[in-house]
Amino acid sequence: MSRRWPLYGMLAFGYAFLYVPVLLLIIYSFNESRLVTVWGGFSTKWYAELLQNQQLLDAAWLSVRIAAVNATVAVILGTLAANALVRYGRFRGRLGFELLLTAPLVMPDVIIGLSLLLLFVAMQQMIGWPDGRGFSTIAIAHITFSMAYVAVVVRARLSHMDRSLEEAAMDLGARPLGVYLQITLPLIAPALLSGWLLAFTLSLDDLVIASFVSGPGSTTLPMVVYSSVRMGVSPQINALATLFIAVVALAVLVAGLSLGAGPRPGPARRGRGRSQ
Amino acid sequence: MTPMSASGLPRIARVRRLGRLLNIGVPYLWIGLFFLLPFVIVLRIGIAEPALAQPPYTALWQWVDSGLLEIRISLQNFSLVLEDDLYLAALLGSLQVASVCTLLCLVIGYPMAYAIATAPVRWRVPLLLLVVLPFWTSFLIRVYAWIGILKSNGLLNNFLIWLGLIDEPLQILHTQLAVYIGVVYAYLPFMILPLYANLTRLDRGLLEAAADLGCRPLRAFRKITLPLSLPGIVAGSMLVFIPVVGEFVIPDLLGGPESLMIGKVLWMEFFSNKDWPLAAALATLLLALLLVPFVLMQRLEQRLQSDDDAARP
Repeated sequence: MSRRWPLYGMLAFGYAFLYVPVLLLIIYSFNESRLVTVWGGFSTKWYAELLQNQQLLDAAWLSVRIAAVNATVAVILGTLAANALVRYGRFRGRLGFELLLTAPLVMPDVIIGLSLLLLFVAMQQMIGWPDGRGFSTIAIAHITFSMAYVAVVVRARLSHMDRSLEEAAMDLGARPLGVYLQITLPLIAPALLSGWLLAFTLSLDDLVIASFVSGPGSTTLPMVVYSSVRMGVSPQINALATLFIAVVALAVLVAGLSLGAGPRPGPARRGRGRSQ
Repeated sequence: MTPMSASGLPRIARVRRLGRLLNIGVPYLWIGLFFLLPFVIVLRIGIAEPALAQPPYTALWQWVDSGLLEIRISLQNFSLVLEDDLYLAALLGSLQVASVCTLLCLVIGYPMAYAIATAPVRWRVPLLLLVVLPFWTSFLIRVYAWIGILKSNGLLNNFLIWLGLIDEPLQILHTQLAVYIGVVYAYLPFMILPLYANLTRLDRGLLEAAADLGCRPLRAFRKITLPLSLPGIVAGSMLVFIPVVGEFVIPDLLGGPESLMIGKVLWMEFFSNKDWPLAAALATLLLALLLVPFVLMQRLEQRLQSDDDAARP
């Protein structure tokens, strides 16, 4: 077993690489001094300043609202797309469908942002909508790439799901929609939740696409962070980052606990049986 | 029983057809409208010909001056992209950064994925979660963290001076090295995840058989594990390579004047120079460049998916 030590060394190095920058951000968010080089003692004044930064708070509120709308719509569309891919076999146009659903996962943001902007401008000229850019255009842009991520998450769950419960309900005379709502949806609920959270995070995080498709007066949180980061290191941003990390860690903890306490998922990965 | 099904079946069939339409049609319509159509618009702007003066085209062009003038300018800009050394340098620079960083991610990520995949079962999920966790915090903020570390009076330089390894600060921020560090940091999880997925499915019996036959571990790794994990390597590499080619935030915040990347040039043409047609031409070029790796990734994905389906009982 001693052969594994270099491997574990590499693992430790990798985790250090991933976590040290984040830890430093957290530590320096409590630094009294404005300078990153000097430790001026423990202080929470940057958090107080953060909470008084009206521009930043407005942007954060806008971002959260966009992220919530985005996540909700993306979960609906992404789940429909996953249903299509898992349940409808080789339908006509499937190849194109899959291609279009995979592309947003890797497509550079600058391309998505620019092309959507050109679309919105063209649409505005032809049909008069969207009238100006802001909340709705950013939300549409975010939904477009978020649904691809949701589809990946839900698809994995759906294709490894035990279908015998659905078949039993069907045999007992349940309608397809009833089966879907009462059996399938509860079974894939964890995937829907993680898909929603993923979509929410992706939207909250996006700088590039939102910059292209936003208009005057709709500045999202990443845009404010970006312009202040370009000015150099700011302790307020450290404080913001720490709040971000705390929320994420809390969410992961709650999700982990609730999943651990909840009912165990059925014999996933094995079932499928006679359905195909 | 019989009358029930006689009246019930058409209804169920109708509901099924409706479900089919809903499940396939609605998402298809959305991505068609907001993902495919925009590309068509960008492509049309990129390859526009002077003869094209139809109403839909002029309408597309109306945002600057008159339609006719606009089309001529866009063509000029498109040929400019191909002739000007700046854009070529940016393209090559992007490809270089993406290649180097993909390789670095592979070198760091493969041992990590291997260690996680071969760890005791109850450790695998927590270890994997630790890899994914940073991904859930803001990308922008994680890149920003490196500014404080790498700048000339930053933490790394102070640390090295304190150790006595260097006398005066090294210039790391705003160099190519900083871009490499930032990209590898931000994209490492994308390499580890597909590699892990691939390595956990590896049939350990093959390795045991090789060992029984007297094959040394390193040789067994080279002859068995490495070839079998090739799909994971390709998938991870594409997930890193393709988005990095068009990366904007990292070269902008960490890079210097010499780290010219196409995503940053596109951004500057759009936001600083307000030259939308030129930005569209650049996007077209970038898209064409990424088509080959994307198709490669897609085909691999489909093969894996069908393998996965076939492997299931």
